[in-house]
Amino acid sequence: MMKRALACTAACAAVLAFAPALAQQPSPFAEYQRMATESAPVELFELGGEELWKKPQGPKGVSLEKCDLGQGPGVLKGAYAGLPRYFADVDRVMDLETRLLHCMMTLQGRSREEAAKGVFGNADRPSEMEYLSAYIAGHSHGMPLRPGMSHAKERAAFELGRKLYFHRAGSWDFSCASCHGEEDKRIRMSQLPVLYKPAVARPLIATWPAYRVSNSQFKTIQWRMNDCYRQMRMPEPVFGSEAMVALVQFLTVTAQGEPYRGPAIKR
Amino acid sequence: MMQKRRGLLHAAGALLAAALLKPVAALAAWNKAAFSSKSSADAMKSLGTPSADASGGIVIEAPQIAENGAVVPIEITSSIPGTTSLAVLVERNPYPLVAKFDFMEGALPFVKINAKMGETSDVRVIATAGGKHYQATKEIKVTIGGCGG
Amino acid sequence: MAGPMKMRATLGSGYTDVRVLMTHPMATEQQTKGQPHFIQNLTVKLNGKTVIEGEISQAVSRNPVFSFRLKGGAKGDKIEVSWLDNKGDTNRTETAVA
Repeated sequence: MMKRALACTAACAAVLAFAPALAQQPSPFAEYQRMATESAPVELFELGGEELWKKPQGPKGVSLEKCDLGQGPGVLKGAYAGLPRYFADVDRVMDLETRLLHCMMTLQGRSREEAAKGVFGNADRPSEMEYLSAYIAGHSHGMPLRPGMSHAKERAAFELGRKLYFHRAGSWDFSCASCHGEEDKRIRMSQLPVLYKPAVARPLIATWPAYRVSNSQFKTIQWRMNDCYRQMRMPEPVFGSEAMVALVQFLTVTAQGEPYRGPAIKR
Repeated sequence: MMQKRRGLLHAAGALLAAALLKPVAALAAWNKAAFSSKSSADAMKSLGTPSADASGGIVIEAPQIAENGAVVPIEITSSIPGTTSLAVLVERNPYPLVAKFDFMEGALPFVKINAKMGETSDVRVIATAGGKHYQATKEIKVTIGGCGG
Repeated sequence: MAGPMKMRATLGSGYTDVRVLMTHPMATEQQTKGQPHFIQNLTVKLNGKTVIEGEISQAVSRNPVFSFRLKGGAKGDKIEVSWLDNKGDTNRTETAVA
C-alpha cells in the first residue's frame, strides 16, 4: 500500500512537472459525466439517509428530525446550500457533517466516539454521515450555494481555510496548492483544478457529496479533505475540526452563488 | 432407540430443507455458456446468433471516453421492426457478454445499462428481429484518472 | 440482506420511462478470488404481465441502474421489477406510473 502510494506520488510529481497544457478545453469527460450522472445510484443513498434521519437512535432514543441545520429545527430545504455557517448554540462555524455529529450527540445523546466511529464508510458499508449527507444535500438541489459570511467567525473560518490551503507542512512539505495551485496540470487523465479560483471551484464544489464510480462509494467533502491530507502525508485531521471546517468554508465561499447540482458523481 | 430415530428424522428434515432451498437459483434461465465465453464469437454462438448483419437500425449511445471503467453508461435503441432481443458485449472484457434482454409485447427494444469495461474496447450490440440477427459496434475509450484514492 | 431498491416510472411521449436502481455488489471473479456474487436475472412486469426478461453478468456495474421503456402506458399502471442473483438472493420493487 505504502509502496504503491509512493510510486503514485512519484508519478504525480513527474506528471506535474511535465504534463502538457490541456489549456482551456471543455473537459473530454463532459459526455461521460452527463450520462453517468443520469444513471448513478445516488438516490439509493438518499433513501438510506431518509431512513437514518427518521430513525430513533442513541441513549435518548430520538431521531434527527429536530436537528437544526441552520434553517430551523428539522428544516431540510436549502440547509445544505447555506452551509458552512455560524451556529450560536455552539459559538462556532460548522459544516453539514460537523453539525450532524453535533445533533447525534446532543439530540440523540450519543458519545462523540460512537457517533464518529466509522464516519468514513466503504462500498460494503456506507457510513451514517454518507447516507445522511446524500439525503440532506438532495434537498438543496438547484439552489445557489450561500455559505455564511456575515458573522465574524464565518469570515475568520474563510481566512483560516485560505491560509491552510497554501500552508506547506508534513513530511513532504505539501500544501493543497502543491497539486491545486497551478493551471493546466493533471495527474494522468484527471485535470488538477485550481480550487482557489471561483470559476474552477464552482462546478466542483457544487457536486459534493458524490458517488465515486471508481470505488462505488458515496463520499462527502470532509472525506475528501481527509483523503487529501493523507495523500499529502499530513497528520490525520480530526473529523469536524476547526481546520477541516475552515477548508470547507474556504472552498464553498470560493464557489458561492453556484447552483447546487448534487448529490452527484465523481470519477 | 427413540433418540436415534429422532436424530435421523432431524437429519432427513435438514436435508430436505436444504434441497428445497436450492432450486430457487436454478429455476431462472441463465445462459452460462454464453456468459462464460471468452470471445465475442463464442458468446454469439452460445447465444444462437453466430452471425449478424451490420445494421444502422441499432443505435448505441455512449461516451467517447469514460473517465473510469467501473461505470460506463451505455444506452441502446433498436429501430429494426420486430426486435425481440438485445445483447450487449464488450469485446475486450475477460468475458465479453455483459447482458441480454428479451422484450415481449408491451416493451420497447431499448435499454440503458452501466457496464464495467476493463480497457478501451468496442461495444457490440446484437439485435434479434423476426428470427434474423443484426449488429452494431461503437468504440469506447477507457482511461484512468487521478492518483489512486 | 438485500439493500435498498428504488424505481421511478414516468410517462414520456408515447412510452413509459422506467428507471430502476438496485443495491448489489456485482462482485466479479477477479474481485472475489473466484467467488463472484452478482445478479443474474431481471424481470420487468407491467400490470402483472412479464414484458422484459434480462440476463445479466458480473460485467454490470456495482449498484446497477437500468432504464427501460414500455409501449404507451397510463398513469397508475403497475410496474414491478425483481432480481435474482447467483446465490439465490432476490429483491423486488414496484411502483405506479406517474
